[in-house]
Amino acid sequence: MTTATTADQYCTFWVAGHFFGVSVAEVQEVLRHQPMTPVPRANEAVRGLINLRGQIVTAVDLRVRLGLPPRPEGELPMNVIVRSRGEVVSLLVDDIGDVIDTHGLELESVPSTMPAKVQDVVLGVRPTADEILLILDADHAVDIFAMSENTGATV
Amino acid sequence: MDDDAEIIAEFLVESHENLDQLDRDLVELEQHPGSRELLSSIFRTIHTIKGTSGFLAFGRLERLTHVGETLLSKLRDGEYAMNDAIAEALLRMVDTVRALLDGIERSGDDKDPAVDVEPVQATIEILLDHGGRLPVAEVAEPVEPVEAPTGPVATSAGPVEAPAATVAAPAEPVEAPTGPAAVQEQAEWDGVERRSVADSSVRVDVELLDNLVQLVGELVLTRNQILQRTQSQDDQELLRASQRLDLVASELQESVMKTRMQPIGQVWSKMPRIVRDLARQLGREVDLLMDGHDTEMDRSVLEAVKDPLTHMVRNSMDHGIERPEDREAAGKPRSGTLSLRAFHESGQVVVEIADDGKGIDPERIAAVALDRGVVSREQLARMDTKEITNLIFRPGFSTAEQVTNVSGRGVGMDVVRSNIERIGGSVDLTSEVGKGSTFRIRIPLTLAIIPALVVGEGEERYAIPQANLVELVRIDGDDLERQVEDLAGSPVLRLRGRLLPLVNLAEALGTEAAQRDHVTVVVVQADNVRFGLCVNEVHDTQEIVVKPIGRQLKGMSMYAGATIMGDGRVALILDVPGMAQEQGVDAVDQGLLGTRATDDEDRTALLVLEVADGRRAALPLAAVARLEEFPRERVERAGGAEVVQYRDGLLPLVRLAPAIGLMDTSDRTEQVSVVVHELADRSVGIVIDRVLDVVETSVVLTDVGRRYGVSGSAVVQEHVTDLVDLEAVVARTGVSA
Repeated sequence: MTTATTADQYCTFWVAGHFFGVSVAEVQEVLRHQPMTPVPRANEAVRGLINLRGQIVTAVDLRVRLGLPPRPEGELPMNVIVRSRGEVVSLLVDDIGDVIDTHGLELESVPSTMPAKVQDVVLGVRPTADEILLILDADHAVDIFAMSENTGATV
Repeated sequence: MDDDAEIIAEFLVESHENLDQLDRDLVELEQHPGSRELLSSIFRTIHTIKGTSGFLAFGRLERLTHVGETLLSKLRDGEYAMNDAIAEALLRMVDTVRALLDGIERSGDDKDPAVDVEPVQATIEILLDHGGRLPVAEVAEPVEPVEAPTGPVATSAGPVEAPAATVAAPAEPVEAPTGPAAVQEQAEWDGVERRSVADSSVRVDVELLDNLVQLVGELVLTRNQILQRTQSQDDQELLRASQRLDLVASELQESVMKTRMQPIGQVWSKMPRIVRDLARQLGREVDLLMDGHDTEMDRSVLEAVKDPLTHMVRNSMDHGIERPEDREAAGKPRSGTLSLRAFHESGQVVVEIADDGKGIDPERIAAVALDRGVVSREQLARMDTKEITNLIFRPGFSTAEQVTNVSGRGVGMDVVRSNIERIGGSVDLTSEVGKGSTFRIRIPLTLAIIPALVVGEGEERYAIPQANLVELVRIDGDDLERQVEDLAGSPVLRLRGRLLPLVNLAEALGTEAAQRDHVTVVVVQADNVRFGLCVNEVHDTQEIVVKPIGRQLKGMSMYAGATIMGDGRVALILDVPGMAQEQGVDAVDQGLLGTRATDDEDRTALLVLEVADGRRAALPLAAVARLEEFPRERVERAGGAEVVQYRDGLLPLVRLAPAIGLMDTSDRTEQVSVVVHELADRSVGIVIDRVLDVVETSVVLTDVGRRYGVSGSAVVQEHVTDLVDLEAVVARTGVSA
């Protein structure tokens, strides 16, 4: 599902020790922690709403979305703002990495040892020199409805 | 007629645009003579103009476009090849069409003698007769072609004065349109001055406008932030600058909102046709009157009311206006009148749809409502006429005796109402049997920026659209226990004799409700549902910019969107109908709750009074319009009766105690306590000692205390209480004690 050359560049970040990448073409910007307004009774993965220069952006916590352990108290998430099907969504991640060029690296299929929820939103892996880069399907990652239908509640 | 003028204006705008496109297409066609695409486009344009001109009975225009169309169809089908003669003829045809359109714009018809269609028409006919070529002899014959693109074919018609002179005095010709020359000058110059419909407006992409509105919303929010900050600054310069910013931003907001405004005439322009077709179909004779075409509202609002309006017009035609025979039998003119009226009133748009038909018979409505199970007999018994007629807005109701393909298509008035309420509007119906019905729709001017009440819960703020707001009630301490009670597991509030279901906002949001010694209830209403929302804090009302929320939250019916507050934080907008649904407060319950019919009990709200030194009497609360107190010296005598000056008139007083056969002790206080009771044509003040309480109780009437002015006694709050027979008491108005 990756396109030609731009897809070789990935904006990388860490979520609970996993090293993820989203194609730079899909990333609008990366922001420090932003004040959020919680949305009561929404899916748990929806952490809140952010005012991004007047646009209201839903923040999806990738730890919750991927069924990974919750972020330790006091650690503030960072925002990777992605464009997905005409909407802008923020992915809450632990830490931001570099933009890396994966040109020449093979796209390999997701190891079946990965948790199911992670496999679900990862298109494939690209082993770099020192990390294994998980290529995130951002469209799917922010699809909270599809997720609740497939796996029931995320709690 | 007004309606025709509307249609013609629309036709003109459309045609002018089409002609501009046509000019470009024709010129391009000369470069690409074989382009089928261009030919088809040109053909369609001319075809459209021909069709409309035929419909509007512009005979000359129709004939001209007809030959043009024939020529174009030959070109399109490849019978003729494009050549100079054809291109020339087509361009001149376009110019002539334009001149005719200008004539129509000026005078309303296409008979302007200054525009000569014959030469062009003849040329094209010659072309058609000669396989697309002009015989050499005839080339020179048609009048000389147009030199300047602004001067249409009309140039050929008469002696043109020096063009320079015309240029120099563009304003003059309008006043003196006498000779043909003058007419023609007018044709040239009016084109510039008066083609207002086409030239003074610009078509803008709706998306761009929406974007502008968004941006202005931002600007307004940023301004709010800046204003907040500058309040605490000493910098005079900054203060002045921020005040200017305030002003400019407000004006900009207003102007930008105006760009999205569209006249209701856009929707109405389709009405004559709809009404005509329906009248045929239903065998009715109907005159359609429309007033207030230019009443403007935001395009999103207009879009939202389009279908409800059309449906209501259909409804009035189908159920309101009678057949001509029936009308004659009822002594009315054969043809009925359907009138549409739109106007602005206190920041809202009001649209009225009135017919002079048979009106709505409350008895029939009641019967049908019962029959279809819309209401129960008990509920019906407690409704007044207006409430009964408004039953037509309930789901499951449709009075058409036979299902027609006009209004009986499953879309009932309930859908109309919910569509209008969805955009923060309301519908109201008044009807008089035999005289007709009037629907009155009130809709907001705009949806993008709405007034809202901001409330606080937990750490967050939530906005409740003002359109859903009924009132705010604060209940303290002891009253809390007395007025809030449990009804089958859900809390209800006694509010002026009615029971209001309560929803705790904190609980609705899935958090623990804090225990407090007082409750603030925001009474909200949507669709048929009214309930009280208990909130922690009430901030203020403010204008908010409604912003969409992401698809991750789209399924949540309790939120209508979000907005950004002055401090830059996001606040959710509560969706009142959605909350009602989610909390299980439904419309059917309302009827029951209205008077709290717990199965066999029949409860009434009573105003309990003290009269005659400690005796208790009660009035139905429904009969009480207001409670007033007047200083004793304001009570004057008029004739033999006591009156007070009240609301620009005189309020006759009747003392309750003597009226019900008790000793009058109301003189003992400085103030006179008066219950104002409103009758159809007047008000009466009933003088009492004091008000004790408002209770809702099931009244078991006994004949014990029955006498003139008292319909019986009952035990209310463990006291024997006289139930006042208001009619008898009011009859004593003017009889002094």
